[in-house]
Amino acid sequence: MSEEINDGNKMKKKAAEDIEDTEITVQEQFQARSHWQLMWLEFKNHRLALGGIVVLLVMYLSAIFAGFLTPYNPNERFAQYQNIAPQMIRVTDEDGFRSPYVYGVTGERDPRTLAMVYTIDEDVKKPVEFFYRGEDTYEFWGLFETDLKLFGIEDGHIFLFGTDGLGRDVFSRTIHGARLSLTIGLVGIVISVVLGLFFGGISGYMGGVTDNIIQRLVEFTLAIPKIPLWMGLGAALPDEWSVIQVYFAIVVILSLTGWVTMARVVRGQILSIREQDFVKAARAAGASSRRIITRHLLPNCMSYILVNLTLAIPGMILGETALSFLGLGLRPPAVSWGVLLQQAQNVRAVAEYPWYFIPGIFVIVAVLAFNFVGDGLRDAADPYH
Amino acid sequence: MVNYIIRRTLIMIPMIVFITIVSFLIITLPPGSYIDTYLASLQRMGGQVEQERAEAIKARYGLDDPVYVQYWNWVRGFPYGRLGMVFSEDRPVIDVIAERLPYTVLISSLTLLFTWIFAIPIGIYSAVKQYSAGDYLFTFFGFLGVSIPNFLLALVIMFMGLRYFGVNLSGLMPARYMGEPWNLEKIMQVAQRIWVPIIVVGTAGMAGLIRVMRGEMLDQLRQPYIQMARSKGVSEIKVIIKYAARIAINPLISTIGWLLPQLISGGMIAGIVLGLPTLGPKLYDALMIQDMYLAGSIIMISIILVLVGTLLSDILLAIVDPRIRYD
Amino acid sequence: MQQTPTTKFGDKGRDKFMNGKNTLLEVKNLRTYFDNKEGLAKAVDGVDFEVEKGETLGVVGESGCGKSVTSLSIMNLVPQPRGRIESGEILFHSNGEVVDIASYPPHSKKMREIRKTYLAMIFQDPMSSLSPVYTIGSQIMEGIQLRHNVSKKDARQRAVEMIQRVGISPAEQRIDDYPYQLSGGMNQRAMIAVALASNPSLLIADEPTTALDVTVEAQILDLMMELQEEYRMSILFITHDLDVIGEMTDRVIVMYTGKVVEIGSVQDIFYNPLHPYTQGLLKSIPKIGRHKELSPIRGSVPQIYNLPDHCHFAPRCPERMDICTSEDPPVFNVGENQQAKCWLYDEKGGDR
Ligand SMILES: Nc1ncnc2c1ncn2[C@@H]1O[C@H](COP(=O)(O)OP(=O)(O)OP(=O)(O)O)[C@@H](O)[C@H]1O
Ligand SMILES: [Mg+2]
Repeated sequence: MSEEINDGNKMKKKAAEDIEDTEITVQEQFQARSHWQLMWLEFKNHRLALGGIVVLLVMYLSAIFAGFLTPYNPNERFAQYQNIAPQMIRVTDEDGFRSPYVYGVTGERDPRTLAMVYTIDEDVKKPVEFFYRGEDTYEFWGLFETDLKLFGIEDGHIFLFGTDGLGRDVFSRTIHGARLSLTIGLVGIVISVVLGLFFGGISGYMGGVTDNIIQRLVEFTLAIPKIPLWMGLGAALPDEWSVIQVYFAIVVILSLTGWVTMARVVRGQILSIREQDFVKAARAAGASSRRIITRHLLPNCMSYILVNLTLAIPGMILGETALSFLGLGLRPPAVSWGVLLQQAQNVRAVAEYPWYFIPGIFVIVAVLAFNFVGDGLRDAADPYH
Repeated sequence: MVNYIIRRTLIMIPMIVFITIVSFLIITLPPGSYIDTYLASLQRMGGQVEQERAEAIKARYGLDDPVYVQYWNWVRGFPYGRLGMVFSEDRPVIDVIAERLPYTVLISSLTLLFTWIFAIPIGIYSAVKQYSAGDYLFTFFGFLGVSIPNFLLALVIMFMGLRYFGVNLSGLMPARYMGEPWNLEKIMQVAQRIWVPIIVVGTAGMAGLIRVMRGEMLDQLRQPYIQMARSKGVSEIKVIIKYAARIAINPLISTIGWLLPQLISGGMIAGIVLGLPTLGPKLYDALMIQDMYLAGSIIMISIILVLVGTLLSDILLAIVDPRIRYD
Repeated sequence: MQQTPTTKFGDKGRDKFMNGKNTLLEVKNLRTYFDNKEGLAKAVDGVDFEVEKGETLGVVGESGCGKSVTSLSIMNLVPQPRGRIESGEILFHSNGEVVDIASYPPHSKKMREIRKTYLAMIFQDPMSSLSPVYTIGSQIMEGIQLRHNVSKKDARQRAVEMIQRVGISPAEQRIDDYPYQLSGGMNQRAMIAVALASNPSLLIADEPTTALDVTVEAQILDLMMELQEEYRMSILFITHDLDVIGEMTDRVIVMYTGKVVEIGSVQDIFYNPLHPYTQGLLKSIPKIGRHKELSPIRGSVPQIYNLPDHCHFAPRCPERMDICTSEDPPVFNVGENQQAKCWLYDEKGGDR
């Protein structure tokens, strides 16, 4: 008799557990899915952010295909063509539309000042050829060597953004410069995220003394003003280091301050999520730690991390640009936007050759795009704002 | 409260010791020393290497001593207001800092004022008119401000000044006024140029402040006490200013302390490009030629300002928010 | 029992105050919608009811059924920018004049006039409904000064009286306290003082006691009744707690998914609930001295973005009929003071 009752109770209990189980999984899925879905729905409405994504895609693709997109190697000098103004590609002439061409440019040395003076020769029309195979070859990411260029000119030169004082093509240099300038932020952010996840993670998870020590470290790092620190460390880089070494050194310098924010975010998230109802419910339902971390903590942290890293990248791009501009970061022969802007050091140069500013426009557009995307993500991650 | 301040100040002492060490490490990190850079540049210019003179300087400043001895020699003078010597100018660091600090603080405070005066109302407007055309416009221009590298904006403004108005905007005043006593003419000259760094640095910080103010306002506008105020019949403008903005601004007020270090480091890069008589360009020069005590002192001061600023922030927060009491 | 279908609630069943002259507020076919990310939320969807002068009207219903949104609509304080009063009328009677609250822009001068002269609201959460940076005294005085053209000194005098009245003592000192210095119960009293300081004709109390423990709750309820007697105001009383409804209210409206499903006197609702939802609600709530087993309504409230067609309660209803899922239920008058939006009360309903 009593056994029967017990059995009955057990069964009831079992059934209740079953129901609870399924309810929790259903809710979990609902939450995980709807979180990202809602984020996307919200993000889609942020026009500036969508525009930012498109701009960034174009920029990174150009960086990848820089060799193909640009007519010259970035460090190739055309001694005959120093400080040439940007050339316009024209599609009309006195007879109406025609295939694209540029005017010829002739240079002469001023007998008195000995400087080169260039004049546009409107009689000479040089057709722009697409999918041009010239004498320049480049390696496509070490995979193969080719001489196929998007465009070029058979007899003469084409300088879309003009040339610098050494006769190098600013267009080719700017597009190639994207490679260093745009990746420095990404690599920097990877380092920041790894460090941030690690320190923030143990800080939030372990608590106690560990947490205390890490928090003091975080506070101290936050206390160091960025610019003087970057300048100090940038100045400390040995002159004889190779481009690659300097590149990574700069990345490390830039992420030295970046990981802190990330660590704080991760820790804060872990602390707050640990207390949230659905995690408590999952724990009460007997979900394993691993499951809680992978199903609950990480998805919730992810959106915040994503937002933070998107907003941290532009700071790093600006940091590289500023350091290189001051001569404390990347240096020639490396080609980055900051390095290119070094030539715009003084107003006089800029007043005479305003096209030296062009890489600066690329910096602004890239940073703006990252900021918009980050802002869109932030709005999307936070359902209220 | 007083107890709290005293306690916090005491905690700062070991932090400051730590900061002096870190600052010293940063400046001794580069290989070589001022003398090496100096000799190298002499050589480059074809000058005679005065080996003896170099040795003399080295001995005088103890540049051959072990690092910890150099460190000790440096910090030993702090209690007496001695921060070491500027090698390149052969005079005390403290003199150089005293000369440039007033300009640095002047420009930075005006910049902060500029940022706040514009950012706060814009942030309030953007929150109240969330997703309106105006909100988008301010967001766009705000972000444009952060996205332009300071040095680039400085160059562009100087370029425009030169090209379209024929004025040279670099520096804070024409060279001939330097060291002159202050008079109306000199003030006019300064007024004519000082807006350049203010705009350059101010626009960079504007968007951040607008975003924070907007976010805080949105948070506050959702609070029940806002509805409560409206239900009493309080006018909307009063609800926004007296209720929402009054609280939304608290976290910003608490960041005023954080702005203190920016007084020195905020306009550094712009200062270099614009050739301002501020500390930024001095730090840059010092780093380039490894004038270590000057560089170290400037870095150290900017870090210490962060600590003081944080303390100041906490005190301010307690003043503006009656809920916060420290005991 | 006679059963006649009508199109809306409130046409009948006001025996206590038969003439319309005693009406203070008429809500007619009110719809308040929110454009949420998930879709359009019809938080209030065609609600009709009336509030008489001096009466307390209770509003009950499960969470999310639109009680708060109804009350915010009456204040014309629907949260912007997602929310809006889509259609309907909110007629407010004052001094022989009738104004339609729903027709004024929320921040218009006229709306502000109405709020400060006639309306007051007590919010659910006392701790966050008072500004943390002003003293309770100044927050009470603000309302008084807006309502009556009095000097600061007089306003303060009256604020002290109000604080005394709601049982915060010593009033002279407490008046300069900040909300964080008071307990939850004290804050609730302070909020009541703020609300009542301006002598409103209609007080909307949105779950005014949920944040409080039982003893404080009892004190606050007593206080409200006392003050109601004194100022002859009407109260719209929103709560989940049926005991409180029994104690406080004269009539009750029952809401489900943005619609009123039943209206009746408090006795009718308690002892003769008509709508299966009301019946379920009564069965699901523990009552002291009642030993019958509790049986919660099965299922859960449907998502507001995805409501079932026709009778929204049908999927959970133990007495569901075919017609419930094929035609919208109209409102049926059942008895003298009671109405229900349910096909069960259709006279010709037997064969359906
Ligand atoms: N500020 C808002 N923004 C968007 N939607 C809202 C808002 N307020 C209410 N809603 C919608 O209106 C519906 C009804 O909400 P309401 O607050 O009136 O419910 P309630 O009956 O007061 O519930 P509770 O008993 O929990 O207070 C909610 O389900 C929600 O979808
Ligand atoms: Mg509610």
